[in-house]
Amino acid sequence: MNPTYEETLLSIAERDPDLVVMTAENRGAIRNLPGKLGARFIDVGIAEQTMIGAAAGLALRGRTPVAHALATFLTLRAFEFIRTDVGIANLPVKLVGAVPGFLSDGNGPTHQAIEDVSLMRGIPNMQVYCPADRAELVACLPTFIASRAPAYLRFCGVEPAAPHHEPFVAGKAETFGTGTDVAILTYGFLLREALSARDRLAEQGIAARVVNLRTVKPIDEAAVLDAVSTCRLTVTVEDHFLTGGLYSIVAELLLSRGVTGRVLPFALRERWFTPGRLAGVLAFEGFTGPQIANRIQEALA
Amino acid sequence: MKDPRTTPFGAAEEADLRALALRVREHILGMATNGGCFIGASLSCADILAHLYSRVLRVSPATVRDPGRDYFFLSKGHDVPALYGTLVELGFLEARRLANHLETHDSIYWHPNRAVPGIEFHSGSLGHLLSVSIGVALDIKLRGGDNRVFVIVGDGELNEGSIWEGCLVAQAHKLDNLVLIVDRNEFQANVATEDLIPLEPIDAKFRAFGWSAMTVDGHNFAALDRAYQKLPVEPGHPTAIIARTVRGKGLPSIERRADRWFVDFTAAEIEALKRELHGEASAELTSETLMVR
Ligand SMILES: [Mg+2]
Repeated sequence: MNPTYEETLLSIAERDPDLVVMTAENRGAIRNLPGKLGARFIDVGIAEQTMIGAAAGLALRGRTPVAHALATFLTLRAFEFIRTDVGIANLPVKLVGAVPGFLSDGNGPTHQAIEDVSLMRGIPNMQVYCPADRAELVACLPTFIASRAPAYLRFCGVEPAAPHHEPFVAGKAETFGTGTDVAILTYGFLLREALSARDRLAEQGIAARVVNLRTVKPIDEAAVLDAVSTCRLTVTVEDHFLTGGLYSIVAELLLSRGVTGRVLPFALRERWFTPGRLAGVLAFEGFTGPQIANRIQEALA
Repeated sequence: MKDPRTTPFGAAEEADLRALALRVREHILGMATNGGCFIGASLSCADILAHLYSRVLRVSPATVRDPGRDYFFLSKGHDVPALYGTLVELGFLEARRLANHLETHDSIYWHPNRAVPGIEFHSGSLGHLLSVSIGVALDIKLRGGDNRVFVIVGDGELNEGSIWEGCLVAQAHKLDNLVLIVDRNEFQANVATEDLIPLEPIDAKFRAFGWSAMTVDGHNFAALDRAYQKLPVEPGHPTAIIARTVRGKGLPSIERRADRWFVDFTAAEIEALKRELHGEASAELTSETLMVR
């Protein structure tokens, strides 16, 4: 049995006496840590702004705070505290946002963190980690915590859709397949749908590669540029607003390198998504593997 | 560093502090021209800062990186000229650097930042440094230290929700090593506080949040000294000191004037204000608040 997020965080905390675990009373993934970490487990109650300011203060004293809250309230309610107290001081505060993107399923727009990547990557030096599943979440955690930069982690604890074949390295994508008809760039749990789309496309004789970015800041520029220059079509798949997320990152990269290419985005354009059970949300919003495959097929026709 | 718990406060200490605070006010005036500064708020907390650094804070230029030092955070960052002046007078900051106010080749500007020796953290956006202070105080507790954390907020700053959020969190974590000082000058940027968002009774609000609270005259050094002598007031509870002050204190032509809050004075006006500061003729002023901030 692979270790859980909580077990991995605990083992890092056992090796690093300066690590403190904080939460704004969001204990879903760290339920058993209070008893194990004692005073190094700091729950501030439903007070995201104070949590982030206090995390900055703890970091000033040499601590590495790992701060947990729902992704929306963390990145939006406390945004200015992240930007001003953590960002300006460039402190190693680690932000863990729960139920980002579509994973907020039935909660409704108040809980939809679909601008978190955009907001966090806009802060100088802030890194953005987007693991695809529980295995990658655990694999990225030591790097996420060890880096002296401020960092945001888009929490994702779903079961893996496929085994990973590349060790986790920040800024290094994991690519599935070598197809040159289409490259599907994605991050987070939508890797599952991207792999499903690839399989569906293969049945139609369309060779796709899937690029699991793992971190979007830093981004694996070589993997993106290779995809755009090698494949007939590049697709970005993300549970995020079209503005500011992966599609924007790719656009910025291509423009800066003077590269042009055909890029088809799957993202939320000027709207929040319709809440429901996750499977229903994906189908309604057109993000299932077969739906992604169909649109790619149309685009290539 | 003298400790008010162990060293008496007498006439000599009073005279020394008067002289120190006067020099701090001269520094503030030096920054109120050629770009200007938030002169009103700077003058209101000058006495608090002169006293705090002279009699309370266990920190010196030699111990600014010592983890056992007392920490001071200026949350109402716009009155940083008073802090710059105090840091110069107590040897943390070279005096010549004040001439670099607003010069891009130095880091002396309208709000504090950590590149200035003696300054622990940046501020400028109100309602932030109570929470940062909470983090520092929590870590001191975690490590079993006996050092303390002091944070000055403005009275207008009490409008910010994050202050009250922080008050709840600080009492929940029993941070009796944390002292919040309110510069109660009865003004916020453009208006009198009680005309906009009434704050009184302030001490009762802090007590209702589980804090110890004291109200003192923020321009009376002996009274300030007596208040700090009581720390920690109640084991397990953070302390609020509501320091009653006058915005613009020391310069009658600026005192309690909403239109002389942020001013870029002419060189001639600065000379006149210096005479006024020393009790000579009152200054004839035409410059007024430049910006609505
Ligand atoms: Mg005020």
